[in-house]
Amino acid sequence: MIEELITSGRMNYKIDPQLHIWGWEIPFYLFLGGLAAGILYFAAYYYLRGREKEMPAAIKIAPMLTPFMLVIGLGALFLDLHHKPYFWRLYTAIKLESPMSWGAWTLMVVTPLSIIWSATYLREIYPKWDWKFKWLYSLETFFINNRKVLAWIMIFFAVILGIYTGILLSAFNARPLWNTSILGPLFLVSGLSAGAATIMMMSKNHLERNMFSRMDLVLIGIELFFIIHMFMGFLASTQVQLEAAKLFLGGPYTLPFWTIAIFTGMILPGVLEFLEIRGRHIPAYIPGLLIIVGNITLRFIIVYAGQASRYLY
Amino acid sequence: MRYAMAVDTKKCVGCGDCVVACQTENNVPIGYCRDWVVENTVGTYPQLELEIRSERCNHCNNSPCVRCCPTGASHYVEGGIVLVTPSDCIGCGACIASCPYDARYPHPDGYVDKCTFCEHRVKNGQKPACVDVCPTHCMYFGDLDDPNSEVSKILKKRKYKRLIPEAGTDPQLYFLI
Repeated sequence: MIEELITSGRMNYKIDPQLHIWGWEIPFYLFLGGLAAGILYFAAYYYLRGREKEMPAAIKIAPMLTPFMLVIGLGALFLDLHHKPYFWRLYTAIKLESPMSWGAWTLMVVTPLSIIWSATYLREIYPKWDWKFKWLYSLETFFINNRKVLAWIMIFFAVILGIYTGILLSAFNARPLWNTSILGPLFLVSGLSAGAATIMMMSKNHLERNMFSRMDLVLIGIELFFIIHMFMGFLASTQVQLEAAKLFLGGPYTLPFWTIAIFTGMILPGVLEFLEIRGRHIPAYIPGLLIIVGNITLRFIIVYAGQASRYLY
Repeated sequence: MRYAMAVDTKKCVGCGDCVVACQTENNVPIGYCRDWVVENTVGTYPQLELEIRSERCNHCNNSPCVRCCPTGASHYVEGGIVLVTPSDCIGCGACIASCPYDARYPHPDGYVDKCTFCEHRVKNGQKPACVDVCPTHCMYFGDLDDPNSEVSKILKKRKYKRLIPEAGTDPQLYFLI
């Protein structure tokens, strides 16, 4: 028997009895950041492939949502800060070793980029839109003429934003569940999958919807592969990572993880998309919404469970 | 210079004086603590073994909290002491999540707080408050680079361990066993 007690009664706020320094704000932001990254990636990718006509939802319509997602995400991050009046300190330092630092800088690039990208398509989507000032019109022309450059910058930063949502967590060696390098690629792919699902739901074009439905199926497959890989890694690792895996294999997170995040959020929409490809008519918003729900749940569970996983003491 | 602390688990009685001394010296808000006492019991009655440890920030050589801090608020000062500058800290909690010892906490004023090895006393040649006040003299503090310091001498003589060195942080809190 081993019993370990803090006899002097440590009960530090948000630390004891179990770490819970990060509440809903962080996973909510991770979801929005990943989703925005996914949408922006596809917008830039298909623009560069010259598919502007065939992919209106991916290139023009869905990106209009991303500035709102990023701003709301940034708002959530701000709410999470404990020392709010000093938030600007993030932008007085660049620390390459700290994922949070370069993530903050990435957001500083991606957010204006998403606004500019959407703005260049605004008059195409809403023909009555008036920029009111002449200089705004000339700015618009400038950016429309340089869309290709914008797309290249955007595709690069969208990947960084998507992967950063996972790396932020995997940099913490104190939390064995997070401390796996697969979390970066997993969150990137899951963000791309959510992005594809959103585009699929917004598209009125049958061909485009079908194409994103197929793509989502592949992305879900990759996600499941990464998740299996993650557990294989944990189960072949040290005691602390075995304990981390146990949180999902019989522990308190078993039910929500396997039923909501995996079955409802990945397998079920995957099956529905497969049926759609085989010719059955399935409204796009059913698999789309399921994927979004699965995505949010995955991030909430990983953030919460990670704080419950720790070094044996 | 490399400051370190050694705690003699054979002498510590778990009175908690170090905790109170720290709270008084550093004006730690009520309900919080920068150091704490752990009682570890191993075995089955009547074959029980008890180890008592006074724990705090390990002022690691490879501190994940300093690495994760996005603003540079968490930093090293002379002697390897890890400090937080409140006016640089945004309270994001990255350092709290990164510490395998859970030694940090969000101060009610917003910034992140933790043990400072009583840097304000140490730089004036005094010992940390917890070390000074310990009634059983179970704590040793000093410069590991100086072979004649109290802590260097005791670590040469006694067997010791560090907590979770496998976390890779190179902690500088030694427990004499």
